Amino acid sequence: MAEKVLMKGNEALAEAALRAGSRFYSGYPITPQTEILEYLSWRMPEVGGFFVQAESELCGINMVFGAAAAGARAFTTSSGPGYSLKQEGISYLAGSDLPAVIIDVMRIGSALGDIFMGQGDYWQLTKGGGHGDYRNIVLAPNSVQENVDHVFLAFDLAEKYLHPVIIASDAGIGQMMEPVELPDFIDYDKTKHDSWRVKGNPTLKAEDMANVTNVYYKMSNPDFAEKIGYSDYPTYLKDKYAAIEENEQRWESYMVEDAEAVIVAYGSSSRIAKETVNIAREQGFKLGMIRPITLWPFPKKAFEECKAVKAYATVEVNILGQMKDDVEAAIKYSVPVGFVGDFFKVPDPDVIIEYVKGLL
Amino acid sequence: MPDIRLPKSVNFKAPSCQGCGHGIIIRLIGEVLEELGVAEKAIIAKDVACGSSAIGGLNIDQVTSAHGRPIPVANGIKGASPENIVIAHLGDGACYSIGSAELVHTALRGDNITVIVVNNTVYGMTGGQMSPASLPGEKTASTPYGKDGDKYGVLNVVDLIGDLNCTFLARGELYDVPAINNTKKLIKKAIQNQIDGKGLSFVEILAPCPTNLHMTPLQAKEFMHTEAQKYFPLGVFVDK
Amino acid sequence: MIEIRFAGFGGQGILTTGMICATAGMDLGKNVTWYPSYGSQMRGGTANCSVKFDDKAIASPFLRNVDILCAMNTPSVDSFMGELKPGAVMFVDSGVVPADYPVRDDIKVVRVPVNEIAAKCGNPRGANLVMLGAMAANTDIFTVEEIKAAVEKYFKKKGIDNPKNLDCLQEGANC
Repeated sequence: MAEKVLMKGNEALAEAALRAGSRFYSGYPITPQTEILEYLSWRMPEVGGFFVQAESELCGINMVFGAAAAGARAFTTSSGPGYSLKQEGISYLAGSDLPAVIIDVMRIGSALGDIFMGQGDYWQLTKGGGHGDYRNIVLAPNSVQENVDHVFLAFDLAEKYLHPVIIASDAGIGQMMEPVELPDFIDYDKTKHDSWRVKGNPTLKAEDMANVTNVYYKMSNPDFAEKIGYSDYPTYLKDKYAAIEENEQRWESYMVEDAEAVIVAYGSSSRIAKETVNIAREQGFKLGMIRPITLWPFPKKAFEECKAVKAYATVEVNILGQMKDDVEAAIKYSVPVGFVGDFFKVPDPDVIIEYVKGLL
Repeated sequence: MPDIRLPKSVNFKAPSCQGCGHGIIIRLIGEVLEELGVAEKAIIAKDVACGSSAIGGLNIDQVTSAHGRPIPVANGIKGASPENIVIAHLGDGACYSIGSAELVHTALRGDNITVIVVNNTVYGMTGGQMSPASLPGEKTASTPYGKDGDKYGVLNVVDLIGDLNCTFLARGELYDVPAINNTKKLIKKAIQNQIDGKGLSFVEILAPCPTNLHMTPLQAKEFMHTEAQKYFPLGVFVDK
Repeated sequence: MIEIRFAGFGGQGILTTGMICATAGMDLGKNVTWYPSYGSQMRGGTANCSVKFDDKAIASPFLRNVDILCAMNTPSVDSFMGELKPGAVMFVDSGVVPADYPVRDDIKVVRVPVNEIAAKCGNPRGANLVMLGAMAANTDIFTVEEIKAAVEKYFKKKGIDNPKNLDCLQEGANC
């Protein structure tokens, strides 16, 4: 087992991406994710990869699009306002069935918002945000260690489904140092994607040409339809998303079996939510927690175990309670769902407990 | 079928309007890549719409970019796969308007890719609206009384990136056989620069769009040769 | 749970001091977190960071009941003395914080002439290490030997081997 090192969340994530086989990064400075860019500016050349500080987030994501089309494990990083700019490219990645990893080290918003820790991007991360019929797989780490582990998972999922995967980190995790164990380097072989990636057409025959474009355009080509087993684009798309939703829900449940109330929180908020459950239990209040690890697909299955729950509340660092709708839908509006949040920090445990008791 | 020498990489599946310049250009690209022996490792990042369909007439690996983004997409491909020869192919609207930031910065960095811009002075697929390359007074779908030159101006790429880090910057046309042969030479030099690892090479090609210029093919050809060249002179402007 | 705030001017090694402190905690097998001030705060000329130690998992890296404040200048005393819990310890650089500077009477104040001691040790950039030595001697978060080991390890990783660093720690502990 590797020795634990004390590392900042952002830098650990950057190092993890290299260890997961990524050799392509293009990004743009924005607080609080800039350490990723800075770290990779020297570390990427050291491992023989491609690093560029792009002129904008638009350029950054479109370079990632090109690298992904060539079969590379490519990634880019940003924070809320910059992530919005990447939405165009993310829609194209999704439309073209391209794997890529995009990291959003969230801050508070809307608009420029501020650079402090926040969870202002739940809606834009989970509901699509760019043009058209798509949504992304979204992972939400809640520690520096998970920042590392989720990068490996993100690339694997991206390639499994040929789809962009988002890591919803936040300033709390990105700026924090914690002891972390870094996995060994893996060897990534892009030739495993030779069936679709652009690499040059050795025969110059039409049937051997790689054509990376919206899958919808390619469906009319019988060879392609046969290859992917679908001749109808809507069916293909529905099945793809249904498979992700069925297979990839991830969550952590904490003391929900006998809970009369459950708080739902991810990322930095989930750390305080768990502490809140411990404090509540000491006081004799049967509180539990569900921590979505995938924000999409939202872990609806997690709520099936909650038999005695009379109320839920989401705990988030934003003002409007962006995750509340998803909890309400997951429990089919059966009991009240509240939201307790703050603009600058995760509410303190006593505030959360008092709020949840008020729902009962 | 008559015995004509067609490049292997060209198929006949690219639909274009009568008198459109795209057909000639893709053939030139195919010929050049084959003559230089790099067709098998070439990749084209193309824009959307007319130019995109045209590139579909080549059996060269290709990627459809978002509108205006073939340059960063090409750079992404080249960065991930430096062994490939990568071309960004786009129109005047894509390159000089929505993609102008990407154009300036690829020229600043001197990225080792080749950019081919097809300049027909209008947006083609959307129906002939004004572009930064429309001429003053030119009637387009969005300038029905003629482009107001004082309000909009005309963007000449040489002014924009000529002093940055291009290793080759040239403009050709498709007016007649000598002009087409010359344009082919420009494309060849541009690709050769990339093979030699020199850095950014850029070729703009003046191409007629009779449909959106509302002209006959001959009139459109004449317009690009005479009127357009008052603002877009032919030549090799940078050759390092 | 131990909560520590390090604060001072930018360039005084505040973030590094916190990092060494957190590394020492990690080496002792504790859960630790470290959190910096960043962004415009950083460019305003002041710097601070938060360090937490606990045997249990640490929920938030942000401070709530602060046990220790290391204040390397008076603005840091002004900003952060208020968040200390009763009975907490505040270390101040007595070279810049005057002896009659008003402080709370429900906390313990330890005055350390860090720059003077560092200069005496022939290591003028080691003021923050002097402070760490004083912290080790005046609290029970780690012993002087433990922080010495952590500092040695920290600088060795960076390829720096300066015995005067350890002198600074020892002199800080002795004062």
